[in-house]
Amino acid sequence: MSRRRFLGLAGIGALALGPIRLWAVPPAASGTKFVLVLLRGGYDAASLLVPFVSTLYYESRPNISIPRPNGADPDAAVALDSYWGLHPALGSSVFALYQQRQALFVPYAGSQDQSRSHFHAQDVLELGQGYGARLDYGSGFLNRLVELLGPVHGGAVSFTENLPLVFKGNVMVSNRGLKGQPKNPFNARQIDLLEQMYRGNELAEGVHHGLETRRQMSAAQEEEMVTSARGAVNPMGFEREARRMARLMAANSSYAIGFVDVGGWDTHVHQGAARGALSDRVRSLGVGLAGFAEEMGDAWRNTVLIVISEFGRTFRENGDRGTDHGHGTVVWVLGGGISGGCTAGEQIGVSAGTLFQDRDLPVLNEYRSLLGYVFTRLYALSASDLAFVFPGAAPGRYTFL
Amino acid sequence: MCSVFRSCTRFEPVQSLLALAAALLLRAVAAAAQPAADDLRAINRLTYGVNDASVEAYASVGRASFWAQQLQFVGDAALPQEALAAVDAMTISRVPARDIVGAYEEEARGLKEVADGEARKAKHKALNERYRFVTEEAQRRHLIRALYSRNQLQEQLTWFWFNHFNVFQGKDKVRLLVADYEEHAIRPHVFGRFRDLLLATIMHPAMLVYLDNAQNAAGRINENYARELLELHTLGVDGGYTQQDVQELARILTGVGVSMDAKPIKLPPRLRGYYVAQGMFVFNPHRHDFGEKTFLHHRITGRGFDEVAEVADILCAEPATAHFISSKLAVYFMGDAPPANVVQRMQDSFLASGGNIARTLRALFDSSEFWRDDYLGKKFKDPVQYVLSALRLTYDGRVITNYKPALNWLHALGEPLYGHQTPDGYGLRQKDWASSEQMTTRFEIARRFSNAGGRLFGPPETEDSEAAHTGDLQTDIDRSRVFARLQSLLGPQTVQALSQARDTREWTALLLSAPEFMYR
Repeated sequence: MSRRRFLGLAGIGALALGPIRLWAVPPAASGTKFVLVLLRGGYDAASLLVPFVSTLYYESRPNISIPRPNGADPDAAVALDSYWGLHPALGSSVFALYQQRQALFVPYAGSQDQSRSHFHAQDVLELGQGYGARLDYGSGFLNRLVELLGPVHGGAVSFTENLPLVFKGNVMVSNRGLKGQPKNPFNARQIDLLEQMYRGNELAEGVHHGLETRRQMSAAQEEEMVTSARGAVNPMGFEREARRMARLMAANSSYAIGFVDVGGWDTHVHQGAARGALSDRVRSLGVGLAGFAEEMGDAWRNTVLIVISEFGRTFRENGDRGTDHGHGTVVWVLGGGISGGCTAGEQIGVSAGTLFQDRDLPVLNEYRSLLGYVFTRLYALSASDLAFVFPGAAPGRYTFL
Repeated sequence: MCSVFRSCTRFEPVQSLLALAAALLLRAVAAAAQPAADDLRAINRLTYGVNDASVEAYASVGRASFWAQQLQFVGDAALPQEALAAVDAMTISRVPARDIVGAYEEEARGLKEVADGEARKAKHKALNERYRFVTEEAQRRHLIRALYSRNQLQEQLTWFWFNHFNVFQGKDKVRLLVADYEEHAIRPHVFGRFRDLLLATIMHPAMLVYLDNAQNAAGRINENYARELLELHTLGVDGGYTQQDVQELARILTGVGVSMDAKPIKLPPRLRGYYVAQGMFVFNPHRHDFGEKTFLHHRITGRGFDEVAEVADILCAEPATAHFISSKLAVYFMGDAPPANVVQRMQDSFLASGGNIARTLRALFDSSEFWRDDYLGKKFKDPVQYVLSALRLTYDGRVITNYKPALNWLHALGEPLYGHQTPDGYGLRQKDWASSEQMTTRFEIARRFSNAGGRLFGPPETEDSEAAHTGDLQTDIDRSRVFARLQSLLGPQTVQALSQARDTREWTALLLSAPEFMYR
């Protein structure tokens, strides 16, 4: 019996089926929250995690390197250990989480795709099927995860205007962008009429979910307006979006798995160093993530948030004080219950000999095995469960969960 | 009881007569104005949606001529007088882009003398605000043509090719250039040779600024444009090129750039013969890598801009390009998964005709599969098609004067004109658009739509002014005419829901929310 069939039966007393295990996860684990943040555009990981002992780093980036750690210099990298320094724009946000062991970084990570094409690399990453010749656009890995876990665990939600590939597949996942001011303009009779027109149509489920999500979100929005009326400063940009996400996820057991994407990382020209365009984006992202952690409240303890990008960028700066499409990136792992405050995964020193194709950071920690480890731990997945989500991938040897 | 019964029977013949008369009348109206479902689907597919003009044109020449007549560029000759006057009155129609950019640059230079940093910033912002008219006029012009042009294929292809060679108005000075880009690099070539279209985009400052090639120089390579040119514009990501080809193409493209200030470039005598300038486009041999290159197994002799022309020829003769372009056109016009034999026939036409786009499209419309039920009426509309078809249906026959609401709807639905940030352009398939959020947003817009008449035909709004409502919905949308136009496409569930609408406003909202209206 296929998993899709399970789902179909779930609503009509599937528990009566007896010995068959319906869902991989016992209901006890259902407080777990997982969030994927995809930085679209290939962010410059070598500016996030600075190999400050590497002379190659400073030679390769005469105009865009982050200075070595130096307590007196606010523009200097913040030392994480004796090898890596963090971008100073994260000093007050994600670094604070790191100090509380609620954040860690996996360098030399990412997808093995070598196209250096944003679109192809994002598709490969979101589909999560590995690196075969042909992509099957039928389902993304988060949709397969939701399908595997089943409704006992709670559902998923995409905080985007359009449903991303990672969530496409057999299970209906609703989406709702949180950048604007949502309101629900339909009354119950109108909702009935709309749903009536779509009965039997392929879009019926989406229409139903859309109207239902709209109703829930507008209720949450009203709460936000009440909160902000008490004198709180209204955050802007990604922080506002991230805080809204957290409020919805914390309050709603059916939002167990969330996704959001953040664009603007394709820094071919004048990316800046400790200050400048890239620094501003990194700061805004960090403040948003810290805001998310805060807003989750108690639920943060059971939350794991992953930040990933489709690829890293060239290790050397280009002729325009920017960087071009590269390979290895740095994955961030955040969560109230993780053993953070470190870097994780396979590492190798940065030198001319270790660069991939003599231009990019290599990928030693493939993202599917990293996420495979996370899912296996969070949801007690068996090897065959994981094979359903990430065919051909085994969980990596990490210890942070 | 008895009397009631009797009175009923007494009235019955009269009612029957009335019903008969009404039915006859309806049939007469239907015969004159209401095409069969298949014809409606055909019109919906070949245009931005049925309206009176398209139904009449289709009825008078028949299906085959209806599309065949449109396969040539006629520019604004296909616009009705009132729409043409609106386009002609625009600044972008009267002032060349070069002069607009020149005036902007001059003002910007003046700001450099403002000593105070904050004051300068504020003035710069105000300057950019003032020049926003370029993009706004371009958006308006695009909508006017799309809504009212009799050559609907020409206008759809203008959108399609702009999207294929996408540039984003929000990057640097692209906003000053989009109007000219669409008008001169894209539109004249939409039915012509693909090579001419490709070369026109390579030589347009909007593209060169957008994909950073303006900065690409010998010894300071920026491979951004080279990669997208292969992946997105010609061969496609599976088109068989390598990282080496990307790097070599980037070298070939060195020196291909922009000069906004019209100052002549000083060159040593040996390089002067290689200099190329056309409007704001400049090929600066001083920045070019004159070394020999190997590109897609061709040896390219270093000789300046002619290398680029050679590369355009090579790329347009590649079967991978023919396939990539043909299947993208088929996806846009036919369906998300067009049959392989149709794409093959298009591809053969493309290669046999030296990349002639009209011939490639002819192969598509000539195929019997295109008109089959499994494709016709099954293509999910993207937001542009959704909004335009709604406007053409409900507010037919009057030229809109205020495009702000329509632009806002496109924005809310995630497909603003010139607003796609990345070079891949907007997605063309159902999976790219038919999300739950998209559906609810369409329902919301459908709701606002029906009382937008006052604004649509009121005075043009600028970004920050909300003009007062001057019209009244009830007189704006002719419910029976609109219903007659679509009736043969509507299923019983929709008809049933429509019958429960409380007023015209709700009726219109439901009709534009109906599943039948989401597909073309």
